[in-house]
This record gives sequence, C-alpha cells and structure tokens, in this order.
Amino acid sequence: MVQISLDRKITAQPKEQVLTQELEPEVDIPLYEGRRKIYPQRVKGTYRTIKWIVLFVTLGIYYGLPFVRWDRGPHAPDQAVLIDLANGRLYFFFIEIWPQEVYYLTGLLVIAALVLFLMNAIAGRVWCGYLCPQTVWTDLFLAVERFFEGDRRDRMLADAGPWTLQRSIRKAGKHFVWIMIAWWTGGAWVLYFADAPTLVRELATGTAPMAAYVWIGILTTTTYLLAGHMREQVCIYMCPWPRIQAALTDEHAFNVTYRYDRGEPRGSIKKNAQLRLEGLPAGDCIDCFQCVNVCPTGVDIRKGSQLDCIQCGLCIDACDTVMRKIGRPERLIAYDNEINIKRRLAGLPAVFKPVRARTALYTAVIAIVGGFMLYTLATRHSVALSVIHDRNPIFVTLADGGIRNGYNLRIINKNLAPREFSLSLEGLPSSVVEIVGLPIGARRVIEIGPDQTQEIRVLVSNYEHAPAASTPIVFQIVDTKTNERAQARDYFRAPQKD
Amino acid sequence: MSADRNKTIDPVTGVATTGHEWDGIRELNMPLPRWWLWIFYATIIWSIGYWILYPAWPLVTTYTDGLLNWNSRQAIMDDMAALKAQRAAMVDRIQSSTLEEILSDQQMLSFARAQGRAAFADNCAPCHGAGGGGAKGYPNLVDDDWLWGGKLEDIAFTIRHGIRSTDEQTRSGTMPAFGRDKMLERPDILAAADYVRSLSNLAVAKTADLDRGKKVFAENCAACHGETGKGNSELGAPDLTDPIWLFGPARDTIIEGISNGRGSVMPTWRARLDDTTIKSLTVYVHSLGGGQK
Repeated sequence: MVQISLDRKITAQPKEQVLTQELEPEVDIPLYEGRRKIYPQRVKGTYRTIKWIVLFVTLGIYYGLPFVRWDRGPHAPDQAVLIDLANGRLYFFFIEIWPQEVYYLTGLLVIAALVLFLMNAIAGRVWCGYLCPQTVWTDLFLAVERFFEGDRRDRMLADAGPWTLQRSIRKAGKHFVWIMIAWWTGGAWVLYFADAPTLVRELATGTAPMAAYVWIGILTTTTYLLAGHMREQVCIYMCPWPRIQAALTDEHAFNVTYRYDRGEPRGSIKKNAQLRLEGLPAGDCIDCFQCVNVCPTGVDIRKGSQLDCIQCGLCIDACDTVMRKIGRPERLIAYDNEINIKRRLAGLPAVFKPVRARTALYTAVIAIVGGFMLYTLATRHSVALSVIHDRNPIFVTLADGGIRNGYNLRIINKNLAPREFSLSLEGLPSSVVEIVGLPIGARRVIEIGPDQTQEIRVLVSNYEHAPAASTPIVFQIVDTKTNERAQARDYFRAPQKD
Repeated sequence: MSADRNKTIDPVTGVATTGHEWDGIRELNMPLPRWWLWIFYATIIWSIGYWILYPAWPLVTTYTDGLLNWNSRQAIMDDMAALKAQRAAMVDRIQSSTLEEILSDQQMLSFARAQGRAAFADNCAPCHGAGGGGAKGYPNLVDDDWLWGGKLEDIAFTIRHGIRSTDEQTRSGTMPAFGRDKMLERPDILAAADYVRSLSNLAVAKTADLDRGKKVFAENCAACHGETGKGNSELGAPDLTDPIWLFGPARDTIIEGISNGRGSVMPTWRARLDDTTIKSLTVYVHSLGGGQK
C-alpha cells in the first residue's frame, strides 16, 4: 500500500491545507474494517423454538438417513439412499436412477431453485434463517459455545480479560466438541456413497478406501471453519444468495421488519410513559438493544431491511420478551413489510397478498416441472434400447450384390431379475437380420442379466429390394414374457443411385 | 521491514512506513500475514521431507531413490499388473477356448469384441480403417469377400502369419507383372482387362475384343483365378466375377494390375501380439460382418 504524502503542500501553503482537509473524507478511518466479533445472546420464543425443531429434524435426517434400510432383493444394495458411483446407480427408496437418467437431478435442481424463489417471494430470506446448512450448523456450534463459555456477557468478559486456566479449558472443550461434530458431519457424508454399516466398520478398523478419509478430512475442516469460525461472514461475504435475492424480492414479501410506526420515537420507559400521559407521541421501542444482541449476524434491524439480515426472527423473540415485561403489545418487530407500515401510518388497513403474479408463476412452474418429473418417473420403462450405426463403412456391398449395414445395439434391463428379449426390425421388408454370435436362422432372442446392459452387433442385409439411399428403420425389442417393449430408430443406408 | 528507529507513522492510515521514500512517496509497512508466512515455511520443510522420501535429485548416472522406494514407473507397472489380474479370469477362458466357443458364448464374445476393438484400433486401423472398411488396396473386412478365406481359422492364420510377410508360414501368392516382365503384349492386356470387366457384367466398349481376352485369360489367368474367374482363396486370388474390388473396377486400374502385378504386404502379428489378443482380434474381425461359418 502506497500513500501520497501531503506534507509539502501542508507546510508551503497553509490556506490550501484547510481546503484539502475540507475536501478529504475523515482521514482517521482505515480503508479496511476488521471483523467485529459477534456474541449472539441466548433467546427464547416462538421463532427460536421453530429453529430448534428445524435443526433437529434436518440434522436428524442428515445423520440418520444412511442407516435406513430398503430391501431391493438379491441384485441391488439394501440402503434406502445410496449414491453408488462405482456402478453408476443412484438409489432413493423405491427409485433407482441410471446414469442416463441424470436429468432427474437437473429437474430437482430446477425445482430447488424455484422453491427458493417462491420462499423468497413469500417471506424473504427465510431459507437463510431456518433451513440453510450454514445456519443450522452455526446454530448448533453456537449452542456448544454457549454450553462451554456461557452466554453473551460471560463470553465478552472472558475474551476481554486475560488467559486463565478456566478460560483455556472452556475454549479447548468447545473446540474439541466442534471438531467432533465437524468430523461426524464429514463421516455422515461419505456414508451416502457406500454401504453405511460396512463403511462404519471399515472406518473403525482403518481399512476404508482412501477417498473416504480424504472426504471426511475435507468436510471436517470446512464444517469446523465455516460453522465455527466464519459464521455470519459466510452469509454476508461469501454467499451469492443475498445479492440475487435482493433482485428477486418485491414489496409484498414478508421480511423481518421493525415497525417504526409503532416504535418511534424511542425513549426510556419512564420518559415515554410520561409523554403518553401528556398525550404526546411516544414509541414502544425503549432502545434496549436486545434485538441487536441476539442477532447472529450483528444487524440492527431498526435500521431497516439490509443485506446482512438472514430473516431468522430471533430479534422478534427478543423484542417480544421485552414488550411482555414492559406491558406493551408484542410484535414491535415482526414479519411484515414496508407497504403495510406506510398504510398504517396513513390510517389504512394492512394488506396481505400471498397470491400474486410472482408467487402464482413460481408455483405453476414448480407444479409443471414436478408434475413432468413424476409423470416420467411413473411411466418410465424398465427396458431401453439404443442403436449406433457403423460409421466406417456406412454400408458394404456384398459379393452377390446385396447391401449390408452394421449396427451396435445396447439393450438396458433395469429390472432386478434376468430377462429375455426378442429383436425385430420394421421398415425394411425382405431383409436378413443377423445377430453376431447367434446361428443364422436362430430365434433372435437375447438374454440379459439383472440390472445390466448388453451390447449386441446386428447385421442387416438387403437383397431383393433396391433400397433408397436412406431408409428409416425401427429396431424393436420385446420382453418375451411381459411383452414390454422398447424401440430405437435409425436408417438403412445404401449407395446413392445416379 | 526496517529497524524501529526508521519508522514513521503515516498520518492518513496510521500504519508505520518502511522508511523508504521515492519522490515523496513512502511505502507503508504491510508485511505478509503471519499465518501465510508460517505456511510458506511449512512448505519448505515439507519439500525437504519429500526429497528424502521420494526420488528427487539427479545424480551423474542415476538419481536419489528416496526412502519409500516409490517411483512412478513402478506405480504404472503395479496398476497394469492389477488390471491384468482383474482380467485374468476372462483371459484364461479365452485362452482355453476355441474360436467357435468364444463366438457362441455371449460373455466371452463381449469381452473378446471389446479387447479386439482396442487391439484393432492400435494395430490394424491404419491400413484397414477405423471400422475395418478398408481403402483402395487394403481389403475391406466388413463385407463377405475374402482373399484368403473368412472362416475364424483363416482369419486367425492371416493375422498370425501375415501376407507376403517375413514369417516362415506366411501366406504368399503373387500376381505376376505380365506387362513389365514382357509376358503379354499390350493388346492382349487390354483385351484381358475388357474380358475381366465383362465377367462382372461391367460395361465394355463395343470395339473390345472379348474373344481374344477370353483366350488370354484362359492361358494366363485361369491358373490362379479359375476357369470362370471365381478366384481361389488358397492362393489369395480374388474372385473377379463379384462386384467387390480391392483396387477398383476401372479399366485403367485393371490394366495397371495386369501390367505391373499386385503384391500388398500384411505383417505377421504373432511376434507383436499375444495369443489371446490375436484370438480376440480374430473374433472381432469375424464379427464385423464378413465372417464365414
């Protein structure tokens, strides 16, 4: 960093110095502001309770789901949720996804994004405050911190004071538990990629695959750093969502709002009570700073909506507690919006419009994408056929003048039992269809093992008809027992006629 | 970083300067963060550990081995051995099976076709094309016409021993150079060429002397290509009556062939490829489409 010195000017021309000082901003403020450590205070109330419930449910699912069993028979794993990378399968309860069906993942991501938009249109960054993994784990880590180091005041006093043995022990205990939670977070992650009980046993005996240890290491580190040390900095500086969210929100979305129409002018309890007696304007806000003290991102909600606010509602709980104590109505801070404050000030009734163009559109698109996914999932076939035409050469002339094309067909059997398929060809009458490996004239029947694919080579020769340069054909396979079928289109190529 | 006595405090930022000054511009003392420096030192120490444990320093004729005795070549060899072990069961089955058995067993067929496809791309594709479609003078392996026979055993023999190759058992058959070696007069060659084209029902000029061509053919060509021009796979002599041509059916091409002879070479592969690879390659080529029973 280089700073131009103004010394010479200052000594030479005092008049200009005055001018310069007026034009310069406050020179004492450094260009970079260090992090102010935030000490969120404990709070009780409706939203805190909701947050606890969400925390237990989401973490319960995350840590417990790998151990849920699901019997699929002898040819498939019996773990309810499993991402089997080695075999390219994704199991989710009764659903089995093949690699070529990865568009279901795309669909899920599309739905996830739209649900996020919808949540935002209804209640702002409510995702951030309750469901975001960063919030959930940070909340858990804060609870641990509070258990070891006490509440806001104790922590601030201890941090301001000298290092004592007690303080060291408390800090060490906190970090130990944090790392244990982080470690188990990473551990649970890898269980989604292998048979959970087996992997736990392998991890315990030190025989698990290297990839498992590496991923546990990575996730332990990130969880410990993000939830333990970076906390609100992730939300404010790293996360793109608040920026996107700001562009997506509108004036009807419910945000955690300080109702300044009720709160201002602020003052002490006594002063405001006196003002009220005299019939003068007096607000309910007593400037107790409880809303700021409990905030996990250090926001003063009374300054209006701001990027740092994650909409967790803990300030509502804090303020309600105070309002009850001083005998004023609750919800001085509440999920509300700017228009209603203005309307109340103007003496108009509040408006609530959860159904509006934006929310209706999001809901409709979610329903369409979700409906389409459900439809394809419900109607998808357990057999599939794909075909690749030989490219070099595209066709060959046979010694007797016939034309032959070669194809590689891949048949997919998604059932967990072996099956038999018969092959037929449409679109090219009087042609000879031969499957390499089967005797000519044999029934064209292919056996495929459970949950497997099989590639077969098919030769189609045409003698009698002189086919066009390109004739559309359709390969069809039919399950010899269930009659389930699959088709694949291609072309029969022949020399261009002059 | 300079000594304390040189430090002056910059009035604007409140940060100490290094004491250096150029044209009134002074440099703030902003050292690297401590944690960054420590990581830097740690990487230096790490590198020393690396030198000791892994191959690192070049010496005059060799290099330092490292205590772990690890090197990338050995790692590759281990990987290859592991791959071989993984495939061993199927390779053993291929080894102990006849070509017909491989062809009629779906599992072995899939394996052989996959292995054959890889071997074909490495060794055969430069001449015969990526899909075996051949090129002018290089036989098409996808159609049903074979110079030396298209049964599994024929294909395997050709791959093993080659054609006009250095192998002792190589297939050999020569198309003589009737023109260059003065065995036939030019008009005889032209007449023979016209006659050969007529065998495949290709158009010939009205002035062509097919009778003379037929006579020349019977005296000079029939020994290898047969009385009726049907060819002889014992000698690698092509069938001249079908629509499939190795060098092309053009009159000039046929004249060129009669005049100067033909004798393309295919190398012997038994020295380069192991037996199971040749078996796989045989099955793969056979399954391209031309395979005869």
